[in-house]
Amino acid sequence: MTATADKPAAAVVDTVTLTIDGTEVSVPKGTLIIRAAEQVGIEIPRFCDHPALKPAGACRQCLVDVASPGPDGNLRAFPKPQASCTMTVTEGMVVNTQHTSEEADRAQKGVMELLLINHPLDCPVCDKGGECPLQNQAMSHGRPESRFVDVKRVFEKPLALSSEILLDRERCVLCQRCTRFSKEIAGDAFIDLQNRGAQQQIGTFDEDVLDFDGYRPVGAATVDEAGKAFSSYYSGNTVQICPVGALTSAAYRFRSRPFDLVSSPSISEHDSSGSAIRIDHRRGKILRRLADNDPVVNEDWISDKDRFAFAWQNLSDRLTRPMVRKDGDLVEVSWPEALAAAAAGIKAATSGEGDDARGAAVLTGGRVTLEDAYAFQKFARVVLGTNDVDSRARAASDEEQAFLGSQVAGTGLGVTFGELEKAPAVLLVGFEAEDEGGVVFLRLRKSLGRQRVATVAPFLTRGAEKLGATLVPAAPGREAAALADLPADVRDALAQPGAVVVLGERVAEAPGAFAAALEVASSTGARLAWIPRRAGERGAVEAGALPGLLPGGRTATLKGPRDAVAKAWGVDALPAAKGRDTAGILAAAAEGAIGALVVGGVSASDLTGDVAAALEGAGFVVSLEVRRSEIAEAADVVLPVAPPSEKSGTFVNWEGRLRSFATAIRTDAMSDHRVLDLLAREWGVELGTGTVEAVNAELAALGAASDAERPAAPKAKAARNPRAKKGTAVLATWHQLVDEGALQDGEPYLAGTGRVAVARMSAATAAALGDAVSVEVSTEAGAIELPLVVTDMVDGVVWVPVKSPGSWVARDLRVAAGAVVSVKGAA
Amino acid sequence: MTVTLTPVLSATWGSDKSWSLDTYTEAGGYAPLKKALGMAPGDLVQAVKDSGLRGRGGAGFPTGMKWGFLPPDDGGPRYLVVNADESEPGTCKDIPTMMSAPHALIEGVIITSFAIGCNHAFIYLRGEVVHVYRRLLQAVREAYEAGHLGKNIHGSGFDLDVTVHAGAGAYICGEETALLDSLEGRRGQPRLKPPFPAVAGLYARPTVVNNVESVASVPAIVDKGVEWFTAMGTERSKGMGLFSLSGHVTRPGQYEAPLGITLRELLELAGGIREGHELKFWTPGGSSTPIFTQDHLDTPLDYESVGAAGSMLGTRALQLFDETTCVVRAVTRWTEFYKHESCGKCTPCREGTYWLTQILKRIEAGRGTQADIQQLLDTCDSIAGRSFCALGDGATSSIISSVTLFREEYEAHVEQGGCPFDHAASALFEYSDTPATEEAHA
Repeated sequence: MTATADKPAAAVVDTVTLTIDGTEVSVPKGTLIIRAAEQVGIEIPRFCDHPALKPAGACRQCLVDVASPGPDGNLRAFPKPQASCTMTVTEGMVVNTQHTSEEADRAQKGVMELLLINHPLDCPVCDKGGECPLQNQAMSHGRPESRFVDVKRVFEKPLALSSEILLDRERCVLCQRCTRFSKEIAGDAFIDLQNRGAQQQIGTFDEDVLDFDGYRPVGAATVDEAGKAFSSYYSGNTVQICPVGALTSAAYRFRSRPFDLVSSPSISEHDSSGSAIRIDHRRGKILRRLADNDPVVNEDWISDKDRFAFAWQNLSDRLTRPMVRKDGDLVEVSWPEALAAAAAGIKAATSGEGDDARGAAVLTGGRVTLEDAYAFQKFARVVLGTNDVDSRARAASDEEQAFLGSQVAGTGLGVTFGELEKAPAVLLVGFEAEDEGGVVFLRLRKSLGRQRVATVAPFLTRGAEKLGATLVPAAPGREAAALADLPADVRDALAQPGAVVVLGERVAEAPGAFAAALEVASSTGARLAWIPRRAGERGAVEAGALPGLLPGGRTATLKGPRDAVAKAWGVDALPAAKGRDTAGILAAAAEGAIGALVVGGVSASDLTGDVAAALEGAGFVVSLEVRRSEIAEAADVVLPVAPPSEKSGTFVNWEGRLRSFATAIRTDAMSDHRVLDLLAREWGVELGTGTVEAVNAELAALGAASDAERPAAPKAKAARNPRAKKGTAVLATWHQLVDEGALQDGEPYLAGTGRVAVARMSAATAAALGDAVSVEVSTEAGAIELPLVVTDMVDGVVWVPVKSPGSWVARDLRVAAGAVVSVKGAA
Repeated sequence: MTVTLTPVLSATWGSDKSWSLDTYTEAGGYAPLKKALGMAPGDLVQAVKDSGLRGRGGAGFPTGMKWGFLPPDDGGPRYLVVNADESEPGTCKDIPTMMSAPHALIEGVIITSFAIGCNHAFIYLRGEVVHVYRRLLQAVREAYEAGHLGKNIHGSGFDLDVTVHAGAGAYICGEETALLDSLEGRRGQPRLKPPFPAVAGLYARPTVVNNVESVASVPAIVDKGVEWFTAMGTERSKGMGLFSLSGHVTRPGQYEAPLGITLRELLELAGGIREGHELKFWTPGGSSTPIFTQDHLDTPLDYESVGAAGSMLGTRALQLFDETTCVVRAVTRWTEFYKHESCGKCTPCREGTYWLTQILKRIEAGRGTQADIQQLLDTCDSIAGRSFCALGDGATSSIISSVTLFREEYEAHVEQGGCPFDHAASALFEYSDTPATEEAHA
């Protein structure tokens, strides 16, 4: 089994001693023979066996000779070879593998020969060729030449299980790893074995594959709202664990040979889990990404977004040279010229005095690393002299900042993946594990049946259902009231030692919910875990890239911590004025109250504020971007920065674990922190953020805030109680994992696996719209029309996805969850 | 020695409307049930243990011992599942039993359930035999109406419901764990053991899976006593059993006789091999058991003797072939069956039967080589003892035994470039050689 212990187990483990190929080994009771053999470096060939999946015993490749002591103590040999992947060890057992038993070797060679009779000899064109367990083991354990001279079984190829996952059935050895993964791990049993004997095959619910004349599965196989055969967020893992080339991804198929690839370990930039990945690249171009095994974080798995969404950084709109606006157009210039122009522009825009005095502000977003976030806030405070810096390119609140400062920043490793898995009860608030948590969902699902999960949400999503969750119904904005009035059984469950309350980034949209969650935690003893959606969120909190927080959770508005940081930074003082958050900065800029904006890693379409007006209102805009974004297009100076694969740095995952990664592909692109360090020199300031090491040294020297330096915990606050009048509803909305986020651009195969955007309403709410098949959701800013799906959910609420095809809420409606929106039915 | 039949299960088969409750009751049926309900369940289990009744489904595991494996009652449900998925080529004993005397099975189900503390029993029937399905449903209905099933059976306080389930036509579902998966509505493929069904069977609850004939034998044991039963049969193979004779025999059919009877004796009862011919080879226990020849006419048909002679008693399905039969042809047909019925779960059976079929068809058609004969044995060696369940082993039995006993016949096919036999001569009906039929199922 994959070890997931974060701390060494204190309990004494019962061990069993056995002999494998003459080597004595002691392993925990219940260990499979194949795992015990691994302990002493003996590799038994296998296909169906996978340490994270339940034993199947299907391929029979791992047969070994076994003898174990009978009741009389005498060793008794099993009459036939045993599958080492299904048999657990017993005391005194003697195992002889292919290395020491002729019988085992003969059995394995026989199975290998049988596996190959129907397997095509298309290794030269197969994606798996060169890294194929079947190929490798056929070389090491197989016959040099096949004795099979008859007709091989053939299938039409490939079968598209989804737009991303393709199946070549004739290559399949029917090990069932993919179906077992889908059932056991992801909970998306959309593929299964069909037919029997040599015609047995993996298939989806498709009558052509079932090949049962006139027979089709009864009921709606399309209950899955995607209406697609294999719409699992984790489907790519099946490609990676396939021991042959049967499952391939459309994105990588026929693109490369494994031996031409350079593999670099890295960390996924897509969510706050900090999943370990392997980037495979060739001549500076990423060909694919795989899950790396990290027992304490993502174990063996990553989401499809982690795996497939990497094309965004090398699209045609990639910025490689700095640009300066000249006569209205952005033109490429040299770095010295661009830096000088940026500094001059900012200085000029903020040079006014008296009534004309206008400051500068910094906006950054979820893609930046800890080091980048640190540089952005230090640049704001030291160079620009302002606390107007915010990394929350999403709905945010002062209450959230108080929570982050008092409970999260500088607290180090908090609740871990392992502890979340072992928690007897988990309450999810403002957090959809499958859509917003990636591998967090898989960890929770691993405890299905052993863990009580409840979710405060307007309805029970399919993802929550797969966790066996119960719903604590709450309209958006009313989460605080729901937390204050939790059902007794949920509260009792949370009182068990080890219980966890998970707070998602959307809790910031619910007034009073942080305070209510703190109350739940203190009254039940449950621990709190803040699991934001994006990779850079926790790092930005640690770095102090929030208006009210300095690094380590120090309060920016208190003189003590401010002076301490100023001293560490070698400056006289830090700005004392209260900083504005993202919405405040945009509003102020639109009013002309901000002279210059430095923006890095922000998508305009993620913000509900009027970005265009803000860019217009600000006198001067500097954009640090990987690609030509809307903001870059409107900027006066554009400074290109490196995407994660071309730089090193650290993401701090939601656990508070530092997830450092090295440069995978060396280019001359610079990180945001390095660019800001260069820019600061234009003011004669040594920002000290030129390298990752320098930033980390500063962060380490600063350390975490003392309790006195932190902001007070958020105070209880009344939940919002918006009343939906006739023709309106309260908006519920969150991101789908696969949607139209900027980091998923350029990957149509992945996009094809995303769920179809729909609007959800309860039957009663929908009834008020008449016989509607679709619903138009609108505000003064605009409208979204989506197919209506009647859902068992809180009345008076309409749910739409945040940024899915046809549903860009922030851009089109300019509101966030909890707002009252107009709803109108359409036939 | 004069051989006599011992009709017990088959005693009423010749009666008018033998399948009806009235006929069964008139012949003394359901009296054993009343007797059993007056006994302690533990005593019933002990009686069956003492009787030495061994599983009649083929493996011959002691039935009473199987019941005894159930863990102590924990208050939750436990199940009896009757394996009525009789599908082995040549085997034809459970289906006639259910067809002609379904109440013998149902009475056995009630007594067995009472003995093991089960309140819901299932009969998993091979789905193709629709007429038997109807008979069983009718019999269960009659039993409910007569108060033999339902709540508080005959005032004993014992409740029992019986569900008859028709399978969907898969040989593998006769394997007890595949049967349980199928009964639960899943794909019928064998489960990993342990846990064994006695611990976690149907719906993960303690379950006894017994063959039809085993269960149907229980009422007679209760009625007539352990001594009556143990007086029949041999030292370790007690009691009577149904022997199904088919093929080149004068009077094919089911012969209920004590275990340990020989084929010579059975042939006496069945009028011998068909007129003018002599026995060439035969299966003692269905197509999954190694074949025998004339040399084994006097082998006592009990578990030990047949085993010692290199085969298995299996389901006592005696398929008899005279000298007109091509052994290669017969073995090829059987192998095609296994290829078609392989569930596909494990490599050796799935791929091996696919390969064996192609080699055999080549040899049969005269396109084989001497090396192919060795390849057959080598491929069998890669299947037997390597597959997930016993189906794979069964598929190799007839091949290995026939090559051993009739190697020259395989070689003749190779040397002559075709089959040396007149197929019409072996047919029991109008027959002409037609071009080899394409496989019915790819």
